Amino acid sequence: MTAPNGARVGRARQTEFEPIYHHYGPHRAGLPPLIPYFRELWRRRAFAAEMSRASMRSANTSTFFGQAWLILNPLLLAAVYYILVTIIRRQNDPAFFAHLTLGIFAFQLVGHSITSGATSVTSSGKLLLNTPFPRLLIPLSAVRTAFFRFLPTVPVYFVFHAIFLTHVWSAKMFLALYFLACMVVFAMGLAAFFAAVQVYFRDTSSFLPFFVRIWMYLSPILWAPEHIMGRFSGPIITLIQLNPMYSMVGGYTELLQNDAFPTPFMWISAAVWALVAAVIGFLFFISREREFAVRLV
Amino acid sequence: MSSLSVSSNGETPLAVKVDDLSITYRTTFERKPTLRQALVRFGRGQRAVREVEAIKNVSFEVRTGTAMGIIGSNGAGKSTLMRAMAGILPPTSGSIEVWGRASTLLALGVGFNKNLSGRENIILGGLAAGLSRNEVEERAEEVAEWTELGDFIDMPMRTYSSGMSARVEFSVAVHMKPDILMIDEALSTGDAHFREKANAKMAELRDSARAMFLVSHGLGSIKEMCSEAMWLDKGKLMMRGKPSDVVNAYMKFVKVKKRETAMEDL
Repeated sequence: MTAPNGARVGRARQTEFEPIYHHYGPHRAGLPPLIPYFRELWRRRAFAAEMSRASMRSANTSTFFGQAWLILNPLLLAAVYYILVTIIRRQNDPAFFAHLTLGIFAFQLVGHSITSGATSVTSSGKLLLNTPFPRLLIPLSAVRTAFFRFLPTVPVYFVFHAIFLTHVWSAKMFLALYFLACMVVFAMGLAAFFAAVQVYFRDTSSFLPFFVRIWMYLSPILWAPEHIMGRFSGPIITLIQLNPMYSMVGGYTELLQNDAFPTPFMWISAAVWALVAAVIGFLFFISREREFAVRLV
Repeated sequence: MSSLSVSSNGETPLAVKVDDLSITYRTTFERKPTLRQALVRFGRGQRAVREVEAIKNVSFEVRTGTAMGIIGSNGAGKSTLMRAMAGILPPTSGSIEVWGRASTLLALGVGFNKNLSGRENIILGGLAAGLSRNEVEERAEEVAEWTELGDFIDMPMRTYSSGMSARVEFSVAVHMKPDILMIDEALSTGDAHFREKANAKMAELRDSARAMFLVSHGLGSIKEMCSEAMWLDKGKLMMRGKPSDVVNAYMKFVKVKKRETAMEDL
């Protein structure tokens, strides 16, 4: 159906807002037309960016160190894990400290995306009840926040790298961006998935921190991929390698720290996991999002 | 409303068309649905969903240039209808067609971030309404000016009174140059000066927007502002017509109901 003739109104208006036609039919569950959905999502990206910027600005307004917490937080975290690992392994290994910080910072990007993405929809209350927009913007905005919290950790890491791994500098390091991109896409999918689950089960956000913590221990952060080879039997190693973060964090650290080229398995599995998570997470979220307004009342 | 183009048959084009709309919520008993509750329920073989019929078979058309007042008692489905027309709530059956970009100022207010200043929230509100960054920045100053909050506009919104927040919310909604404006009980918290200013602004918008919907319990302002009125009761469209007629019928109905309950009391 098209707008009836003369739908133009006799007043000066911006061209991009020429008669927009909306038709709302009864599809509460099920997917809306995806191409217009993603076009609208892209058109409104500035809103997601502003929402994320706003939450970052307001997060530390009442603390003494303010925005410095963006640097302080990862530093303190690295210090805690360093003490922990030094005590457990009973040896002081500065190179391992560099490995640890790199892994933790990268993992935190995904971890924060999941935990803050999960609560993003349920905590957006009034906004969601009163304004129509593609809801996927909400968890994506949480991922953006997690990414911008990750960015200041990059220079922090390179300071450690310069101190403890002076000999490892190569052009290969730029390839680590591939694994970083995989992690961001993977995080987007998971954030969307858990945001939708959280609407139905409000317990999700209570379980998630433990789940994320265990996941971190299962990923090559407190240990390196070469540590497990030969120590476990084949099936267990396969299981360990099936962990999405094994390929993503593993490939990322190998390129940045070991000056080694990750196995083809790592390259492929990282991309596959990222795409699978994004497709399933996004589609699940979009198929449910029209019901959120009712579920949040 | 003289500026509106009129089609050949003498009627202005449609702005909103609602066709046999029904909205049924399926909502849970629990305020916060949790896994534990779900397990307990599953063990007992119960289902937690309850159906709430908020809108029942409502059909109407609104032509451009109309200022439509919606009246009815609490829980009549007025806010649900507005949310459905804004595209927030999906219809259970029937359809809604809207020609134009809607700007909403719905009950409960906009989801502003209390830790940010009024000005920052204006930008956020504009982007939420679907404007581009440039357009929002162009308008932010004008909107901030219009609220008359002075220095408060750069203070965090947690320091605002409810009336001051209402000013910011109202001015964001009305400055977005909407085609269709939907206002739900917006003016209940403003002071006399702001209410007058808001009324003037709404009158101005009524002439420039394609259509306006106003939900209010202030029957006076419905009569004053609107060119047509609708009366909803328990999700059904009871009457539609000239504001004074609809308001009178509604008043009569409310009084009759009152008398009935009074009789029961005896």
